[in-house]
Parts: sequence; structure tokens; C-alpha cells
Amino acid sequence: MAEEVKLMKGNEAIAHAAIRYGADGYFGYPITPQSEIMETLMEEKPWETTGMVVLQAESELAAINMVYGGAGCGKAVMTSSSSPGVSLKQEGISYMAGAELPALIVNVMRGGPGLGTIQPSQADYFQTVKGGGHGDYRLITLAPASVQEMADFVTLGFDLAFKYRNPSMILADGIIGQMMEKVVLPPFRPRLTEEEIRAARPWATLGKRADRKPNIITSLELDPARMEENNIRFQAKYAEIEKHEVRYEEIDCEDADYLIVAFGSMARICQKAQELAAAEGIKLGLLRPITLWPFPYEAISHYADKVKGVISIELNAGQMVEDVRLAVNGRVKVEHFGRLGGIVPTPDEVLCAIKEKLM
Amino acid sequence: MDIQDIIKPENLVYDKPRLMNDNPMHYCPGCSHGVVHKLIAEIIDEMGMEESSVGIAPVGCAVFAYNYIDIDWQEAAHGRAPAIATAVKRLNPDKLVFTYQGDGDLAAIGTAETIHACNRGENIAIIFINNGIYGMTGGQMAPTTLEGMVTATCPYGRNVELYGYPLKISDLVAKLDGTCYVTRQSVHTAAAIKKTKKAIRQAFENSMAKKGTSLVEVVSTCNSGWKMSPEKANTWMEENMFAKYPMGDLKNE
Repeated sequence: MAEEVKLMKGNEAIAHAAIRYGADGYFGYPITPQSEIMETLMEEKPWETTGMVVLQAESELAAINMVYGGAGCGKAVMTSSSSPGVSLKQEGISYMAGAELPALIVNVMRGGPGLGTIQPSQADYFQTVKGGGHGDYRLITLAPASVQEMADFVTLGFDLAFKYRNPSMILADGIIGQMMEKVVLPPFRPRLTEEEIRAARPWATLGKRADRKPNIITSLELDPARMEENNIRFQAKYAEIEKHEVRYEEIDCEDADYLIVAFGSMARICQKAQELAAAEGIKLGLLRPITLWPFPYEAISHYADKVKGVISIELNAGQMVEDVRLAVNGRVKVEHFGRLGGIVPTPDEVLCAIKEKLM
Repeated sequence: MDIQDIIKPENLVYDKPRLMNDNPMHYCPGCSHGVVHKLIAEIIDEMGMEESSVGIAPVGCAVFAYNYIDIDWQEAAHGRAPAIATAVKRLNPDKLVFTYQGDGDLAAIGTAETIHACNRGENIAIIFINNGIYGMTGGQMAPTTLEGMVTATCPYGRNVELYGYPLKISDLVAKLDGTCYVTRQSVHTAAAIKKTKKAIRQAFENSMAKKGTSLVEVVSTCNSGWKMSPEKANTWMEENMFAKYPMGDLKNE
């Protein structure tokens, strides 16, 4: 059977993909520009078909803690929000990292700081990949650049979360959330039964049977020696993720004179800038990190000796550029170009900035 | 008759609940938590719900509740237990899901989660220990601290003009359409313990019958935080706490 191609917004694709993944629950609170995720779920009524629970919480705090509770039962649960709301979720994210709970969190970023603007931004890069909540933890971070990837990363995000017992985040922005594109949704798969969850996730709190000890979901350990052991275990897990889960896309990088690093919607705009540059005989390569953590340091490092300059182009004041500089480690000039506060640059503007800063 | 002749199963009149383990409790001598823990363990066993119960522990003195009752537990962030319980119950409608929370957790930092879980009529039971003080952090003022009561952060007594009034949150949630049973009990006498056991049992049965949210407030002592002997704390509670937080059902539908 031919794959069915649909036209929809990125936010809608997230909702449909979650139902098809066999997600057990969604808990959210409305905020622009991602409210279509919960609206679509409510309209689809998956509780009548797959049995998925969808609940509008009283706050982002409540929503992320509902996700904690569901994840603690070994269920596939998710939430979504936008920047100010994701700031509120940081407490819960840190607790989930500490309790080693798998879950999917979607951030459709808007401009900040504070209440900021509802227009697109990528200014939550630091918050997502450098911490956000308290403590030494990491968040698996996927950056979609299309509506198709919004759908695909629901599956990938859940799968990675369960593989490593760690929360994962889809870090999109207002453009990817709001724009409509063609998308092929993943096939339907049934939700796991309680017995399947008990077998696959023996740590889940589904009621203590006689054959095991009580399961306790907690991030608390007052004995510092044991707490250090916990942290060492987390770090070993993060090292495994860094080793196996780096994902990125390269477009015309091999014979490029200059390298652009850009993620999400900005990478799409940079693709157009690449075409404009090619027409002028300028060879630009584009390296698009798909996982922002783990970051593709090695892939970028590989080009540091081959190009005349590297530029990180972001919808922020210069955040990912710090990781690009770590990868390049001083071997070649690294610049940043970005627009702030919800302004999105045109491909022409991007090309002008590249010429001005690198050539 | 030798003493060994008397120690026989048929002569047993009282025993440690089967679901309570032998971990030494961290609670202070005289504290009410141990009694309420015992009641919960007994009731879950009597209801035959051991294999399908999930407890949500708070932040506060009862943060380690999961160390003493051998069922599955989740440890919540401060105040968030009702949100966690909401998801656990909605995703597992046939489980017995309850929170165990103190006054700081439930009535200060977790007020929003408490009110909204109750207002949605989540089919959970909330066990609310009200001792009018923050025990674990060393005796600071709680939302339920009585007027004039001395704590580490109101050392000259709670001045209601500065810090507001003791919050009667059980009265508040009793007004919500989502609650089916709200009661205020204590565990300072044998008779009171029996009544509290009956109340918690009813709350758990309501949860399983999907009747809505039940909240059992247990007005308790914190003799360490109150800086009193356990006996004096009981008397002080009867004379002062009960005046503000009177015993009995606030709602039973």
C-alpha cells in the first residue's frame, strides 16, 4: 500500500504521531505557538480508540509532574509547551532525570526572555542542552527541521527515552510548529498492556507483586556516597548516549569553502542561502545538528581543517556557537549570526552576513 | 503454664501490620506519622490491595514513607503529589492511588495541585497530616500555624496581620464539587485512631468506587517542632489545634 501523504502543521503532526506511537498519556497547558498539539489530541479523542489519556492540567508545573507520575508507571507519556512554560517545567525535568524516568517533552520555542513574544526563536538552546533544571543531568535533544521530522521525532524521542531511561526533548520553534508541509505519519502501533510494561520495564510502579521488592521512584538519596554513585551511573549513561546517539545532516559539506552550522527552521533558511551562494560561485556547506545533545562535535571538527571559516546561524544571540567553537577549538575562524526577539532573517540576509563575517 | 504455651497464633490479639517492614523509623518519638503509616499498611492489607496500590510520598518528614510500607511508591517534588497521583490513577484506573502529605506540602507550595486535583474529582485519596509546622526543615511557620504560635520563622508568635491566617484547606476543598469525602481526624487516643482508620478505609474505598476525591486530614502533633513532651503536645493539640481545626466530617456524600 502506498504511503498516505497528508498536509498539516508541525504541531498537528506531533499529536497524530503520538497517538500512532501508542502513547499512553498527554498532559499539557495551553501556550502559543504550540496549543494545536493539545487541541488536535482533544479533537481526535484517542481515549475512545487507543485508550490514550489526554488531560489539560492547571499549570505547566502540574503537567510535568503528571508526566513524572505516568512515566513512573512505565507508561509512554508526554507534555508540550513553549519557552515560558518550559521554564516552569524545569523542576520536573530535573526530578525525572534524577529518578531516571523516560518521557517526551516538546518545546516549540518563542522569543524571550520573560513573556517575550509569540514569534519563533531558538533562544532556549542553553536552557535545553546546558541544564535548565538543577543538578548534573542531560536531556536528549532532537531538533526537527520539517513537519516530517516533527512526526518522526515523536517515535525517536520516545524510543531513546525508554532505551536510556532518560527524558528526551523535541526542541522545535514557532516556524516548525506552525508551518504546514507534507507528512507521512508513522503506522499505528498498539499501546503496551500492563503485563508487557511489567516485563519490559520492571522498575515501573504498577503495584508490588509477591515476586519482587517494592519499586520506588525517587531522586532522593541523603547519603552523599550513594548519591555520588548515582551521579556516576548517570554520567556513564550520558557517555553512552554521546557515543551512540549523535545525529546530524550534511548538505554539500565535502568540497565547501565555508561551513554553516544551523539547526531547525534556521537550517531550512540556510539551505536557500546555500543555493543563492552557489549561483554566485560561493561554495557553502551546511551541517545541521539533529541531536543538539549529544552534539556532533566530531563531525564539525572534521571540517575545521578543510574550510576557510565556520559560521553558526541561529535565532538567538549566539548560543550553539559556543559548542561549535569547542568543536573547532581555534583551528579556524568561527562566527555567529542571528536575529533576536522573534525576527527571522531572510536567505539574502544570511548570505550577506556570511560574506561580511567570513570573507 | 509456660509462656511458650501462650504464644500461639490463636492467642494473637495484636500484631505489626504485615506490610510494615522492620526498617527503623526516622520519626521522632511521639510523632503521629508512625501511627498513620500503620493504619495505611493495615487497611491496604485488609482490602487485599497490596499488589495494586501506588502511594505518592511528599517532601517533608514523610518523604521516607516509602521506606516503611512495602508497596510501590513514587516520591514527589514538593507539593506536586496530587498531580502525580492524578496521572497514576488516570493511567491505571483500577489501582489504589493515594498521596500522603503534610501541611507545608499540601497547603502552601502544593495548594494549586491540591485544589485542582480535588476540583477535577480525581479518584484518589489524600492523607493530610496537619501539625501546624514544618517539621523536617526544623520547625518553621506553616500555612496552618495557629495565631500566636511560636515557630523558627515567627519566633514572637504568628502575627496574622503580617503572615495571614491559619489556612483551613479542608474546609476549602469540601466546597468543591469534585470531592466526595472530606473529614478531619486525629490519632492521639485509641478511640481517635479507630475513627481515623475507618476514615482512611472509606477514602480508599471511595477511590476504588470512583466516587471522586477523598481527603482525610489528620490533626497531629509535632512535639519536637512544638518543643513539648509527647504527652503535653497531645494536650496542647486538644486545647488549641482542635479549636481551630474541629474534628469530624466536613463532607460525606
